[in-house]
Amino acid sequence: MASRIEKDHARFRNIVRGRIKQNLKKYISRGELIGKKGKDLISIPVPHINIPRFRHDPQQMGGVGQGEGDVGTPIGAGDGTEPGGAGSGEGQHILEVDVPLEELAQMLAEELELPNIEPKGKKNVVSEKDRYTGIASTGPDSLLHFKRTYKQALRRQIISNNYDPGNPMVIPIREDRRYRTWKTKFEPEANAVIIYMMDVSGSMGDEQKEIVRIESFWIDTWLQYQYKNMETRYIIHDAVAQEVDRETFYHTRESGGTVISSAYRLAAEIVERDYPVADWNIYFFHFSDGDNWGEIDTEECMSLLEEKLLPAANLFCYGQVESPYGSGQFIRDLQDYFEGEEKLVLSEISGKEGIYQSIKDFLGKGR
Amino acid sequence: MNLTSELARARDEIRGYAVEYGLDFFEVIFEMVDYHHINEFAAYGGFPTRYPHWRFGMEYEELYKSYSYGLSKIYEMVINNDPCYAYLMKSNSMVDQKLVMAHVYAHSDFFKNNLWFSKTNRKMMDQMANHAVRVRRYIERYGEDVVEDFIDACLSLENLIDPHSVFMGNGHDNGQNGNGELKESSETMPTVERFKFKSPREYMDVFINPPEVIQKQKEAYEKKLATQHRKVPAEPQRDVLAFLLNHAPLETWQHDVLSIIRDEAYYFAPQAQTKIMNEGWATYWHSKIMTTKVLKDSEVIDYADHHSGTVATAPGRLNPYKLGLELFRDIEDRWNKGKFGKEYEECDDYIARQNWDKKLGLGLQKIFEVRRMYNDVMFIDAFLTPDFVREHMLFTFDYNDRSGFYEISDREFKAVKQRLLAALTNWGQPFIFVEDGNYLNRGELYLRHRHEGIDLKLDEAQDTLVNIYKIWSRPVHLETIIQGNKTLLTYDGKEHKTIEIE
Repeated sequence: MASRIEKDHARFRNIVRGRIKQNLKKYISRGELIGKKGKDLISIPVPHINIPRFRHDPQQMGGVGQGEGDVGTPIGAGDGTEPGGAGSGEGQHILEVDVPLEELAQMLAEELELPNIEPKGKKNVVSEKDRYTGIASTGPDSLLHFKRTYKQALRRQIISNNYDPGNPMVIPIREDRRYRTWKTKFEPEANAVIIYMMDVSGSMGDEQKEIVRIESFWIDTWLQYQYKNMETRYIIHDAVAQEVDRETFYHTRESGGTVISSAYRLAAEIVERDYPVADWNIYFFHFSDGDNWGEIDTEECMSLLEEKLLPAANLFCYGQVESPYGSGQFIRDLQDYFEGEEKLVLSEISGKEGIYQSIKDFLGKGR
Repeated sequence: MNLTSELARARDEIRGYAVEYGLDFFEVIFEMVDYHHINEFAAYGGFPTRYPHWRFGMEYEELYKSYSYGLSKIYEMVINNDPCYAYLMKSNSMVDQKLVMAHVYAHSDFFKNNLWFSKTNRKMMDQMANHAVRVRRYIERYGEDVVEDFIDACLSLENLIDPHSVFMGNGHDNGQNGNGELKESSETMPTVERFKFKSPREYMDVFINPPEVIQKQKEAYEKKLATQHRKVPAEPQRDVLAFLLNHAPLETWQHDVLSIIRDEAYYFAPQAQTKIMNEGWATYWHSKIMTTKVLKDSEVIDYADHHSGTVATAPGRLNPYKLGLELFRDIEDRWNKGKFGKEYEECDDYIARQNWDKKLGLGLQKIFEVRRMYNDVMFIDAFLTPDFVREHMLFTFDYNDRSGFYEISDREFKAVKQRLLAALTNWGQPFIFVEDGNYLNRGELYLRHRHEGIDLKLDEAQDTLVNIYKIWSRPVHLETIIQGNKTLLTYDGKEHKTIEIE
């Protein structure tokens, strides 16, 4: 019965994926989106496809309203959505709803067709939870379900013709008693840590950092949805690396050369110290413009990756942001060296529009 | 019918009051549905069976999202059909259900008695299901994408109908009763030549009707006849869809799909034409029935809460429930007190006007008459008064280029009325006519937009031309006015052209 609308709805979703992907792209790459976040809620528009018609230009149309106010009082922004002309039944098309982050992650997943992540290790670590969901005919008196018991009694009395609506007396007997029962649910507990690394050398401008900021916000949202306990660590580096807090990570301005191995070494130390590989799902995200200083250091990076980081990681993501200064050699070096390595994901981010694809590259594997 | 006994009792009670008050309705069948289904039905325009199309899925997504985030909720839905179908939402409280029932009986009365609904198909429930079966068959035969693309193109033209044509008996059969008969408007050619003036004396004839002039006139007439013959349609035709059905080179299935879309557009048109009246009428009656008869003390607060939500106003949005309700009440009051006619109109003593009361008691009779004869345009034209505009603080608003906001622009009666009428005429849609189906003698389609002060939205107009091209499959033109300049928009299958014409 319900399948009819579900079919039409699925059809619509498919069209949206095809036709409005640009829309979503535009919308993910908008910086203000994060600014719109208030108390774990984000406004997102509901997609709408407008069938073109001969219609009046709403800005010339104006309309009739009702209420207080002198001539000249503004009543609504003219941002393309009509405030609804007199008697027009169509109404506005852009509906903004506030969405909890968790649902946002689901939507993101749906839009990007992200697979759920298969947690590693820890499958045998589970937590138990009792939930009172069932009804049984035996149990302790403390769990007696009065309503169900009386319902049962009423049913029995009606069946046996003992019930008088004029004098609605219901007396439960032993067989009528109903008790609450519980079910034990086992929930796997997975731990995850994300280690973000960012190149803050002179060649990374504000725009590049903005891209990193937006992309890591969405990655954060997604992984937080997938894991209950998630930690994040931040490393910035130019010629030397240091661990910083979130605030600093996004706002520092540094200058100087680029020695990527310094960050990798620090990341390896952090993992070794705090996150035993057997118990943790470890994600590395490294953003840089790919202009590493000297081939010797690049070789150093490769060996660090090969020996320490990749074996520990669920995923190592390297995102190379396009910058007007850098040579962008590093991504090609990685590509050559680690050909066919599944845990390493490389993505070139050409600009704000590239974020969408890049998130898909990184998280599309379900690892 | 799946009402609980409590609801069935409430229904019988309310039905009784409705009859008592003189409402005359199609029998109403109430169905209890949960929010999934109500959203689903609403997405389908109230009908559980429609042909498959993604836009219903889109409506559904909007509805369920705004429902699940608590932005809006559908209380009532009622279908113009005999019997009338109405849906009650399961999760609503008892007092809400009663209100909805009272509301629905008034809607049903309106459907049955209002003149503008008189030509709608009262077995639309079945008709829609038939449409769905036919479209499904085409989908199976020709493929979903092909059929859907064609439906998309047709929907783009959905508003190009002539709601008045259903009342023009001959030559303008609307094909709305499902038999799909479409006739060309008969061409009116003078059958007798009347070039000569009457001459009382035969010898005067040469002077009164000089042969050379007669000859000239004859030639001119023949020339006119010749050009008229080439011109199809003979007169500009507002029902663009009918013209396309008659003249566009369509496959049989395409012809059928287009006629389905047109049928449904005609079915829904009166609802758009009478939105203010219809909702006002229903609100008037639910208010009357609930407050005078049905409400128990314990329900008053909930009722008031719900009712005030229904008639709430917001700047920039005219609530048809509110406007319609107040106008009906105003009419009732005026006809009760005799506040109409020459004597009242010419009285300019404010106090006397305020206290005018001839105790005619014609109010109820008048509003029943209004609900039978009028549509929104006529309703506003006849009954919106300066007093009403002042009392209800109506205003017009316009877009201000400099501030980027819509701003209140006028509170004068004349301006408000004019604007309202303009917005309601042709239910706010632009007037588009088929001017020539053989433009330049090349089988090109020439449409004309009757500009009434407001330009078309240009980008959409061009996209719409593309869709018409898909149906007409020859170049299509639209004559319109853009920023004061007469302009011809053309799409020839490859590119758009915009040419200014004098």
